[in-house]
Amino acid sequence: MPEDLNWAIGGEAGDGIDSTGKIFAQALSRAGRHVFTSKDFASRIRGGYTAYKVRTSVDRVESVVDRLDILIALTERTIDENMDELHKGSVIIYDGERSTMQDVEVPEGMVGLSVPLQRLAEDAGGAIMANVVALGAACEVAQFPIENLDESLDKRFGDKGEAIVENNKEAARLGQQYVAEEYDHEFDYDLETTDADYVLLNGDEAIGMGALAAGCRFYSGYPITPATDVMEYLTGRIDQYGGKVVQAEDELSAINMALGAARAGARAMTATSGPGIDLMTETFGLVATTETPLVICDVMRSGPSTGMPTKQEQGDLNMALYGGHGEVPRFVVAPTSVSECFWKTVEAFNYAEKYQTPVFLVSDLALAVTEQTFPPEAFDMDEVEIERGKVVDEAEIDGWLNDKDQFQPHFPSADGISPRAFPGTTDGAHMTTGLEHDELGRRTEEEEVRIEQVDKRTQKVRTAREEEDWDYREFGDPGADTLVISWGSNEGAMREALGFLEDRGHDVRFISVPYIFPRPDLSDEIAAADDVIVVECNATGQFADVIEHDVLKRVQRVNKYDGVRFKADELASEIENTLTGVDSGSQEVTAE
Amino acid sequence: MSSDVRFTDFKSDKQPTWCPGCGDFGTMNGMMKALAETGNDPDNTFVVAGIGCSGKIGTYMHSYALHGVHGRALPVGIGVKLANPNLEVMVAGGDGDGYSIGAGHFVHAVRRNVDMSYVVMDNRIYGLTKGQASPTSRQDFETSTTPEGPQMPPVNPLALALASGATFIAQSFSSDSQRHAQIIQEAIEHNGFGFVNTYSPCVTFNDVDTYDYFRDSIVDLEEEGHDRTDREAAKEKILEGDREYMGVIYRDENSVPWEEREGLDRNMADIPDGAPDDAMDLVREFY
Repeated sequence: MPEDLNWAIGGEAGDGIDSTGKIFAQALSRAGRHVFTSKDFASRIRGGYTAYKVRTSVDRVESVVDRLDILIALTERTIDENMDELHKGSVIIYDGERSTMQDVEVPEGMVGLSVPLQRLAEDAGGAIMANVVALGAACEVAQFPIENLDESLDKRFGDKGEAIVENNKEAARLGQQYVAEEYDHEFDYDLETTDADYVLLNGDEAIGMGALAAGCRFYSGYPITPATDVMEYLTGRIDQYGGKVVQAEDELSAINMALGAARAGARAMTATSGPGIDLMTETFGLVATTETPLVICDVMRSGPSTGMPTKQEQGDLNMALYGGHGEVPRFVVAPTSVSECFWKTVEAFNYAEKYQTPVFLVSDLALAVTEQTFPPEAFDMDEVEIERGKVVDEAEIDGWLNDKDQFQPHFPSADGISPRAFPGTTDGAHMTTGLEHDELGRRTEEEEVRIEQVDKRTQKVRTAREEEDWDYREFGDPGADTLVISWGSNEGAMREALGFLEDRGHDVRFISVPYIFPRPDLSDEIAAADDVIVVECNATGQFADVIEHDVLKRVQRVNKYDGVRFKADELASEIENTLTGVDSGSQEVTAE
Repeated sequence: MSSDVRFTDFKSDKQPTWCPGCGDFGTMNGMMKALAETGNDPDNTFVVAGIGCSGKIGTYMHSYALHGVHGRALPVGIGVKLANPNLEVMVAGGDGDGYSIGAGHFVHAVRRNVDMSYVVMDNRIYGLTKGQASPTSRQDFETSTTPEGPQMPPVNPLALALASGATFIAQSFSSDSQRHAQIIQEAIEHNGFGFVNTYSPCVTFNDVDTYDYFRDSIVDLEEEGHDRTDREAAKEKILEGDREYMGVIYRDENSVPWEEREGLDRNMADIPDGAPDDAMDLVREFY
């Protein structure tokens, strides 16, 4: 278990919670500490409860836990919302001089630090800096050298001028001094710093950066929580490489623009969340049957319908696997961590072009809003490989013309993969259509040709199965009798849960699956285990269904669908309860 | 690109299955002539077609082409053009594709003003599904699904374009092959989104908006002394409503296409075979 500190700032949306939290997270990262952040937020601009949480340790942290050590509460509700995570000894920093906070009762056993945040901020130059005063106070509690905040404040306020930066630094120091002078309480924290250099980014940013590394030049999308960060990241940056982000009028347009760009030869992508995927489904079949390489990213959130837009869920697996009428060949890749968001995006573009198929990159809200530290080498750009598949240029095109000198974009090669000629290639002119077509891309209803084309599209998947490495990621004890399987963002929580489980005497083998289709064959691994538990953030166990179908054997399920990601300690208890047959009364669903 | 391209080079070896006498024959011929006349050839041309009788055009023409899903032809065309501004992009569709299921895209494509042309083969009926009301059908036009007529006024596509900030609005008639080809050519040459609503009569299911009707009622703006650069005059003509005009109704000579404003001039298909040289800078931004 990492020796960690769990810190949070909470208040109303519009209170600057996010930017204040980010300043603290960045300061920790710059001080060589690992950071893992999470957010509680609502789909509104102002009002409601929102919080930014930071877990930090000198060792890597991969998850959140059910514990809060230092809480900056800008509202009374913030304390109520976090009651379950607060513990004896937790420190609560609040402004007791604010009219709304005068009656705050700090729960027994906890330490309440009333700090006049607003008054001290005014002393430093303006009430707007009250949150920064609180950061200074938190630094004193955590014994975290306040100089580490300075660089973060530079980064955050640098473009507003030197005076503003200096005022903020002063505000932080006033907060720190106030706590040092007014409270002689000995806190148990002493945040160590190291010389390590870390970068701090979230899953959406990692997807965007992966797209740029992979040569993506065209992104069309429509803003939607929690996928908008991908679009915002790429906007401006993609221009440096001659690309463009286009904000379309809706998701129907977004996917069709991306399809057009891909037909023109660009590496193209769109990203959205569930409601947008619903609209884009219309075009899945067209992308697949015209054999157009396209990366479609779904950053999942709670559904169905508008659901809970700012809450976690892995409910779109079936949609990604089966969405669209008819039989639509597609690949489905689901990154399991923030850094994997980068690498799986790079892979997704290669699969799309090599196999000329839609590739679904399925991420989720937990990855999207988590800011996590990594050594920069985790994104070693020299490792990025770009494979464009069977692109045919003017010199090679003669080999792909029929006896009438017509280019054959759907030629039924043995591996199922046809040549691609980008528009502008001499003698390459060809059409394609969402109608069933022949090798020339022209409509047909001839039975033999229909079978030939369906088979060729299916053959591409077979070829990919053989050619690529669809391996899983493995953690824990490889020889354990208990096998836990999960997909997507649960990996971090489960990795840490392994430690809790080991402490309680449970050896567990953990397989984290990033490839949903094609996917690894887990028959042997499942056969070797006494207990098999599939962990996922949905109510019905969509991945568990898939696994059962693959191996023709029932598995046990741990599901969570309250809109909040798994926490490591909570997940460990769920696994333990499943193993010992205890009904925890939570959201666990066990087949049979 | 060769200088000796003939319009027949844009013809595929597939025989059209349109009904004999369909307006779409003339519409397509004019498109091919205009493409050849403007110095394009099949290898630098991308045609996007929608769904419906009009959508078959991609099959009967020879060029790079995509026949997509219903109503989304314009976004596909925009994607193609932005990814490679060197291509000549022409989108063709019907009145259902453009003004019903795709009406939202029409408005925004007009606003975006990407340098491409859009030809709507308007027959005021759904032909491929055998005769139902379209968004341009008359209010009292009786069909199998609207026995009393749609009881809604028809969409005025020219007004829709004007209200969306169009830089080029024209109307043509497939039967007047010379004028039709000229008008399409002007749409191609226009520096922006060249929109042409082409009357393309359906001889099988529409017995109201027939060749005879259009021949009798159409007025050529060339003969009216209309100033195409005068937006007010264009507005008056478009909103008159009871006359069928042919010709270029409005053309903004100062139009700058979106891609030009955004500085897009590269073929996005060209990328390095690894991450960009300075890619580690992207990582370091996150310090």
